[in-house]
Amino acid sequence: MAKVEFNEERCKGCGLCTVVCPEDIIALAARINKMGYHPAQVKEMDKCTGCTLCARICPDCVIKVYR
Amino acid sequence: MKVVFERPQALSDVTTHYCPGCTHGIIHRLVAETIDELGILERTIGVASVGCSVLAYDYLECDWQQAAHGRAPAVATGIKRALPDSIVFTYQGDGDLASIGTAEIIHAANRGEAITVIYVNNTNYGMTGGQMAPTTLVGQVTTTSPRGRDTKEAGYPLRMAEMLATLKGVNYLARVAVNSPANIMKAKRAIKQAFTVQVEDGGFALVEVLSTCPTNWRLDPVEALKWLDDNMIPYYPLAEFKVSGEVK
Repeated sequence: MAKVEFNEERCKGCGLCTVVCPEDIIALAARINKMGYHPAQVKEMDKCTGCTLCARICPDCVIKVYR
Repeated sequence: MKVVFERPQALSDVTTHYCPGCTHGIIHRLVAETIDELGILERTIGVASVGCSVLAYDYLECDWQQAAHGRAPAVATGIKRALPDSIVFTYQGDGDLASIGTAEIIHAANRGEAITVIYVNNTNYGMTGGQMAPTTLVGQVTTTSPRGRDTKEAGYPLRMAEMLATLKGVNYLARVAVNSPANIMKAKRAIKQAFTVQVEDGGFALVEVLSTCPTNWRLDPVEALKWLDDNMIPYYPLAEFKVSGEVK
């Protein structure tokens, strides 16, 4: 059991997390946040392994990981 | 489920001014994690540089002093000598440390000042609009080298880590990168070591961190990670150059 929480209002939509996720379950949302960026979101949370790679490469400390 | 990763306490809970995908944010977090893990927040004093990272004083919860351009190692020297129990570090870019601040960094290192230096190299002057820096790669296009850096005019990119490794006063010296999770974890170990040196026996320690500048490189953030890998690492190899004062 694992999950990640994204603080979407802090996300600048850089997409770094989307390319390091080994399960390929992160994508940028179609909506925009208050800053005007497309925030990163997890598509299928049940596939998350809590590996923390997305959180480690996030320049804005948007991601909290539970495992 | 337990929390296995979250914002370190030493990192302020604010949105940074950095561009999307700029890896300064990762390096700030690694410094903050180190401060938390060593339990030194109350006695840590940062010296901010001039450049994008000048606003680091808004993002890390320790005390700060702002220095004139390039002078951070001199200011840090004064703070450390006046308050020897404090943990003093500078956070400088290449436009600061490798150009106008070359004299200060060389002499602080040569004196073996008991300070820690985090040197962020992104091969250009980011804050002022991406001008050529001493670290700009040969042939690299910037706003002031529109046809690429020409060595006849501008010489060669400065390898600060290799240069400083020749100095006896240096205790710990490494070059790391933050362009992949694996490299980020190695960068964390080096930064922690550079602070531990100061906590334990007070030598000079420096970590050069290869960082991206997607905006001024005119690349998207993901492409910038690859550009760093393909172009910077071959010229600026990742290594520990000195450990415990010994050349590796």
